[in-house]
Amino acid sequence: MAGKTLYDKLWDAHVVTQREDGSALVYIDRQIIHEVTSPQAFEGLRIAGRKPWRVSANVATLDHNVPTTPFKSAADIEDETSRIQVQTLENNTREFGITEFGIGDERQGIVHVMAPEQGAVLPGMTVVCGDSHTSTNGAFGCLAHGIGTSEVEHVLATQCLIAKKMNNLLIRVEGELGVGITAKDVVLHIIGVIGTAGGNGCAMEFGGSAIRSLSMEGRMTVCNMSIEAGARAGMVAVDEKTIEYVKGRPFAPTDAQWEQAVAYWRTLTSDSDAVFDRIVEIDATEIRPQVSWGTSPEMVIPVDALLPDPQTESDPVKRSGMERAYEYMALTPGMKVSDINVDRVFIGSCTNSRIEDLRAAASVAKGKKKADSVKQVLVVPGSGLVKKQAESEGLDQIFIDAGFEWREPGCSMCLAMNPDKLLAGEHCASTSNRNFEGRQGNGGRTHLVSPAMAAAAAVAGHFVDVREWNV
Amino acid sequence: MEKFIKVKGLVAPLDRANVDTDQIIPKQFLKSIKRTGFGPNLFDEWRYLDEGYPGQDNSKRPLNKEFVLNEPRYAGASVLLARRNFGCGSSREHAPWALDDYGFRTVIASSFADIFYNNCFKNGMLPIVVDESVADVLFDEVASTPGYELVIDLENQLVVRPNGESIAFQIDAFRKHCLLNGLDDIGLTLQNAGDIRDYEGRRAESEPWIMA
Ligand code: SF4
Repeated sequence: MAGKTLYDKLWDAHVVTQREDGSALVYIDRQIIHEVTSPQAFEGLRIAGRKPWRVSANVATLDHNVPTTPFKSAADIEDETSRIQVQTLENNTREFGITEFGIGDERQGIVHVMAPEQGAVLPGMTVVCGDSHTSTNGAFGCLAHGIGTSEVEHVLATQCLIAKKMNNLLIRVEGELGVGITAKDVVLHIIGVIGTAGGNGCAMEFGGSAIRSLSMEGRMTVCNMSIEAGARAGMVAVDEKTIEYVKGRPFAPTDAQWEQAVAYWRTLTSDSDAVFDRIVEIDATEIRPQVSWGTSPEMVIPVDALLPDPQTESDPVKRSGMERAYEYMALTPGMKVSDINVDRVFIGSCTNSRIEDLRAAASVAKGKKKADSVKQVLVVPGSGLVKKQAESEGLDQIFIDAGFEWREPGCSMCLAMNPDKLLAGEHCASTSNRNFEGRQGNGGRTHLVSPAMAAAAAVAGHFVDVREWNV
Repeated sequence: MEKFIKVKGLVAPLDRANVDTDQIIPKQFLKSIKRTGFGPNLFDEWRYLDEGYPGQDNSKRPLNKEFVLNEPRYAGASVLLARRNFGCGSSREHAPWALDDYGFRTVIASSFADIFYNNCFKNGMLPIVVDESVADVLFDEVASTPGYELVIDLENQLVVRPNGESIAFQIDAFRKHCLLNGLDDIGLTLQNAGDIRDYEGRRAESEPWIMA
């Protein structure tokens, strides 16, 4: 019999019952909850008179709506609808007895930064959250994916999901990454190759020497954007880095259980004779710093390439998508990436707001000043703990000296549900994950880049190749 | 949940690939804590010329006459014809809620993003996958035929065109059963409560830290 993939192992370990039609009841070990996609789920529970199946499986925090300027309590949130949503989560977690890292708690932050930081996500788990970037957590060798609000309610009430097994897709990135090439460039490059629907219906495992060489932060960045390649779940096999990262975290097992856990976790890799439905090979040495030019993450090119010509695209649906994107972005085919000026810069989001990301941005910004033409540079740490760590390393001061704004943790301008937004027509160098029309503010134009590329653009006023950046 | 058996409805064409959930329902409307009322803000940034915000009187807003749903011939449509990778992006269930609230019961496209596809079923909506060549034919027919209607026959898994020809489509047996009967998943799953407890018992032995 052929060996199993990591996904096969995770799936098999969580099937409660298998149905004849191929769907299964799958057990969920951890649910992470935030304020935007949970109110209707709690309401559903209440209406049906149900209780959470296993309260301790859930952990909640606030991220999407919270302002990134200092504030003390929900009552200080100016926008009424945001305030109600935040207060609704506070009330719901209190009513149902769910652990919440709320306002003023240093553990509060973006769900996908908070959960791994707390060890609430451990290898071998099934992890869900009403948020598509739950895929981030697959970096720990677990099966983690986003769900809709009805499913949030379903998991609360039953600790299970009804699911069908996905296909196995392996993205193997072999070779050494060049100087200045980060996890963000790796994943943008992958999306450029396979497209935004490339992983539809698949669980996507990232493997190869280049992936193994990444830190846990880097692996989280890669898995984070697997959803932008169409895959609900992205994952990386467990190795010593995984175990080292998890060790000592508040929710991690200790003593004898730790030993038992580690022995099991070491088995969480794809067997050498495992069969994948599809394998995509990527040469790591070819990856250059990436910049997205259009309104879909697959519209991405290396910083030293020219903007593509829609006329050379043979697929008519793609061609018209490109033409529409050029119109929206007010750019022209054949332009140099370095000729795109930026109005604002956003360094943050669940893709790139961990300590390593902030260090990378700070190393570029150190001793420099933002260009006068750049209106604002926001640096938003992923959690209160990331913020504290960055401050202890003096990164906040480097940013402030460079004319960047150092903010409180949250999703911020990744999706602009709080007051941090682009104005119509503005171009933004952003370390977030989606460049959809209007995502960062109505009419705003997003360019997805790595933290180092974003910081460099802030200083130069336009995109530059970080590889040629004389620090 | 409303049962979905057979729907006959006017078709509206949305000829764009990769329509994402931020487009279907922009984030400012996600602040609602309800499941209903999203219809007037469906495709908000395309439908209106101004910037929408929650709680606004949408009837007073300037319409983008160029946007397909604003064309009088598509008023009252209940079938949305779309392109590949429809519903990509965030997991927000507000997207199917908005489509449903607007009056769409089904979306036909050559492919869907996984989470969106799944979310539709939870709300009594039917996403139908057809070949790209079939979608092309449907787009042509809608454009050239005022009042173009399709019959969606879930029981027989057919989309019936006005000329009587039908297109077969695939759907999971379990999802079909739930849609036809308007069943609530949670109630069904709780019938397996004993299995879930047994499973938890086994995991508590093999991975005690999970059940802590
Ligand atoms: S940072 Fe952005 S992508 Fe991540 S959870 Fe928040 S809104 Fe979603």
